[in-house]
Amino acid sequence: MYDPTVARLTYRALLGRRRALILGALPLLLIVLAVAVRALTGADDQTAADVLGGFAIATMVPIIGVIAGTGAIGPEIDDGSVVYLLSKPLKRPTIIFTKLIVAIAVTMVFSALPTLIAGLILNGNGQQIAVAYTVAALVSSIAYSALFLLLGTVSRHAVVFGLVYALVWEALFGSLVPGARTLSVQQWSLAVAHKVAGGDLVTSTVGLPTATVLLVAVTVLATWYAGQKLRALKLAGEE
Amino acid sequence: MTTLSIDHVSRWFGNVVAVNDITMTIGPGVTGLLGPNGAGKSTLINMMGGFLAPSTGTVTLDGQPVWRNEAIYRRIGIVPEREAMYDFLTGREFVVANAELHGLGASAAQKALATVEMEYAQDRRISTYSKGMRQRVKMASALVHEPSLLLLDEPFNGMDPRQRMQLMDLLRKMGDEGRTVLFSSHILEEVEQLARHIEVVVAGRHAASGDFRRIRRLMTDRPHRYLVRSSDDRALAAALIADPSTSGIEVDHSEGALRIQAVDFGRFTALLPKVARDHGIRLLTVSPSDESLESVFSYLVAA
Repeated sequence: MYDPTVARLTYRALLGRRRALILGALPLLLIVLAVAVRALTGADDQTAADVLGGFAIATMVPIIGVIAGTGAIGPEIDDGSVVYLLSKPLKRPTIIFTKLIVAIAVTMVFSALPTLIAGLILNGNGQQIAVAYTVAALVSSIAYSALFLLLGTVSRHAVVFGLVYALVWEALFGSLVPGARTLSVQQWSLAVAHKVAGGDLVTSTVGLPTATVLLVAVTVLATWYAGQKLRALKLAGEE
Repeated sequence: MTTLSIDHVSRWFGNVVAVNDITMTIGPGVTGLLGPNGAGKSTLINMMGGFLAPSTGTVTLDGQPVWRNEAIYRRIGIVPEREAMYDFLTGREFVVANAELHGLGASAAQKALATVEMEYAQDRRISTYSKGMRQRVKMASALVHEPSLLLLDEPFNGMDPRQRMQLMDLLRKMGDEGRTVLFSSHILEEVEQLARHIEVVVAGRHAASGDFRRIRRLMTDRPHRYLVRSSDDRALAAALIADPSTSGIEVDHSEGALRIQAVDFGRFTALLPKVARDHGIRLLTVSPSDESLESVFSYLVAA
């Protein structure tokens, strides 16, 4: 199911100079923000939860998920270099699964790790806030990667659609329309985080059982469907 | 011995028919797929390589379907026309990756790089390669598993004459070894130098198939059209039409020239200057008006 060569090619493409800079910018911003907030307001649990929930989980994780998830396959399909993977005796779902693992790993490293560091800076993991949001980032990294990898497989405009989902649906609709919150990776991951932290600082509009089922279902279905789409991927010629 | 069979294959994109009911069999040796730009060659090669499903018909390799059959790639090597190829890797890393994806090791990659004579630049990034170097590394990646069928889409595009000759030698060698090699080209001379057997595709249709010399004869035996300007067009026309090598002459007033249709190419080209000299007529312009490949092809389609 996992092919180390596909993984190596995907890592090298994802962590190429330009993309690595984009991937590193937001985590750096989060840590600078955490240092500034801590310096200005001191250690405060509510502030820590606001920064991690409002910036790390609501904005940074989905954007990094978009870059890593769509970037793991989209550019190869766009420029046609995916032909070198497709012209091999390699099961197409293996290609997708491997790329998913890489996208998840990259998203986790660039989102969960900085979330933990920022949390520790903000309030030294008081009330388990840093750990809880880190768990949320880890969990949502998996679902976002699967979702955006699928998007990268089916659409040439995956980044745009991904950002619209991440920023408009999750951030805007999520705060305005109650129903949208139920269908939000962010809320599902927060349900898991709530379980870790306890108390009222980390909350979700979705219950843990629902969140777990939806997280697993979205990840599995998106990965399966991406594999199917790659099996039927048509590489148009130059004509 | 590997045989690729294309059986009543059509492919359309929306309302556009790119490939129209083509049936052909590609056997061992080098076969040229010839056709003008936009004729449907790439679409056809994409279907042969399993990257595009035919709208109707089937493509099979020794009886096995090519579409949605990953195992078939153990026997197929593909050199795509598109340039993109993991430019951030070195040539060696790229070919090694291709070998690994076939379950082979670095030694297979090294052998392929030696075959295309790219060892000297194998540790440079692909992004620094010239078009010809890219083409050769693509070739190495397609040869790494020693496939019995090699598909190449416009492999000579952008190559200089020396690189072109090297690649031709290599493909000839592959063909002599009993591999089935198919390459596409829109350049007649390219195909002529390399392939004895050719398949001609024009406007999505299969226009001709068989030995190159036979098809070339078909092409040269067709009526040739010339545009001629002289010091006395009417006198020249009268003298030329008396000879059986011409079948028709039109005085084109708007161009101020004669449009001559010749049926015997060799005889006409010898006749024209002789007639002009005998009648004291100066020839100002003699240009073949239908020598472009497209007109050769359209003649073939009509034949």
